[in-house]
Amino acid sequence: MKKLQISDHIILLLGVFFMVTPVVLAFLTSTHDAITIYKEGIQFTPGGEFLENYETVLFEAGGFTKEVNGFVMLKNSMILGLGFAVGKIVISMLAAYAIVYFRFPMATLCFWVIFSTLLLPLEVRILPSYEIVQSLGMVNTYSGLIVPLIASATGTFFFRQFFMSVPDELLEAARIDGAGPWKFFKDILVPLSQTMIAAIFIIMFVYGWNQYLWPTLITTDESMFTLVRGIKQILQVWVGAQIPDFNEAMALAILAIVPPVLIVVIFQSWFVKGLVESDK
Amino acid sequence: MKKVQFQSPWLPYLLLLPQLGIVTVFFLWPAAQAIQSSFYLEDPFGFGSTYVGLDNFKDMITSTDYGRVARFTAVFTFFVTVLSLGIALLLAVKADKVLRGASAYKTLLMWVYAVAPPVAGLIGVLLFDQHVGPIVDLFAMFGWKMQIGVNYFDTSFAMIVTAVWKQIPVNFIFFLSGLQGISKSVQEAASIDCRSGFRRFWTVTFPLLAPTGFFLLIINITYAFFDTFGIVDVIVKNEPGNNPVTLVYKVYLDGFRGNDLGGSSAQSVILMAMVFILTIIQFRLIERRVHYT
Repeated sequence: MKKLQISDHIILLLGVFFMVTPVVLAFLTSTHDAITIYKEGIQFTPGGEFLENYETVLFEAGGFTKEVNGFVMLKNSMILGLGFAVGKIVISMLAAYAIVYFRFPMATLCFWVIFSTLLLPLEVRILPSYEIVQSLGMVNTYSGLIVPLIASATGTFFFRQFFMSVPDELLEAARIDGAGPWKFFKDILVPLSQTMIAAIFIIMFVYGWNQYLWPTLITTDESMFTLVRGIKQILQVWVGAQIPDFNEAMALAILAIVPPVLIVVIFQSWFVKGLVESDK
Repeated sequence: MKKVQFQSPWLPYLLLLPQLGIVTVFFLWPAAQAIQSSFYLEDPFGFGSTYVGLDNFKDMITSTDYGRVARFTAVFTFFVTVLSLGIALLLAVKADKVLRGASAYKTLLMWVYAVAPPVAGLIGVLLFDQHVGPIVDLFAMFGWKMQIGVNYFDTSFAMIVTAVWKQIPVNFIFFLSGLQGISKSVQEAASIDCRSGFRRFWTVTFPLLAPTGFFLLIINITYAFFDTFGIVDVIVKNEPGNNPVTLVYKVYLDGFRGNDLGGSSAQSVILMAMVFILTIIQFRLIERRVHYT
């Protein structure tokens, strides 16, 4: 028994090593200066340039593009992550409420129209989506960035499943007490869904923050770049450079990693619950 | 649907309006356009388009380039799915078993979920870099001189490793929650009947995990097809040339770089059909999972 436990720990430690090392190395690289890295390769110990590198990346406009700095990108990423998560939760809760709690003609049709979106990810209809957003004049706007991403019904599906599991007696009781649809939603359903809302918020925030293809197409104006979108710009500078700024590239990568990772780690139990339940 | 429901002539429509509006403008309309333009040949300078029937599809299927990309996508999907599922299952089984440090292992093995695919790709590019990358140094000791971005095989290797790394956490979380869902009494009964831990796993635990596994299989195939776009894009560094790319990347490449609207749309339509089939399978599995567990 004792021996078995040790081999289990060894396998787990190897797994942890495989998962953690790349990001640790990226972080260590971001604390050195570019010339050291270029000469000696990736560094395995912390260096002394931590503050300088992160300051350059965050505040010095022109590190890469002369117009945008890491702080602006961080702000844009926040707007995308929060806007997407909040927008999706509000819209999909309302839609799921209508579908589950109301009897109306064409309910089935609406249901199928909304859930057909689960069938096609944005990537396969990317070109026409781009053209439509362009013709609406929404290129380089936050709404053009966020709203088309909300079109997928994952959130609605999730809340529908949850509302279906809420006991019918609650609605009966509320109706006997004379509560209308709005009061029932606001005073009973929303408070009941709190944990679910938190869980879906975490997943959607991470999803929005990590978007890449869509922001790459929709934001051409550098002041609209998100951190993840900025990666492409880093590479273009990188490919052409004499001495590549590995340190600054990695500092930006770390900036892009830290906020979503913190949220996932801090709210781990909600996140796991949301992930496992929402995909059911 | 609920037994008791509200009735109102206009309120449900009002509640559905935002969602239906977004779906119509940003989903139904573009999807219809993709299908429509797959039957047309667009003038590259934007002067109208001609109806060409199934020509775009014919061109696509007969082009050697498409065949090459399709083959790579199949190989890529196979390795990413098998490796990330296998490694995650092993880790989940062990994490479910250990008594000490279980929650620390759990956190350390799943946080990579939050790393964006292109960021994973960027870290991959760094670690596999020809001048500074430690992985290249490591393999050079065994006589393998890696050239990412130049050598087709080496680039594929780096792409697969990065994609697997990024996908392990999701699989790990699902497998672990599946394992924890297996009742303790079943496990105890099994351990009385069978001493060998390995055999117990294959005959009792593995079959009970099968629904989760099938479900994850679909999720992983979808991931390898679509969500790896960022990894592919960053690793080929805007120079697709002779580098391996996936089908989704080719849709983007032909549509936005090559200005071949019709061809790109035809590829989209094929991908739509593929996702459609996968999703139908997924829904059927979900139904089963809900019914029997």
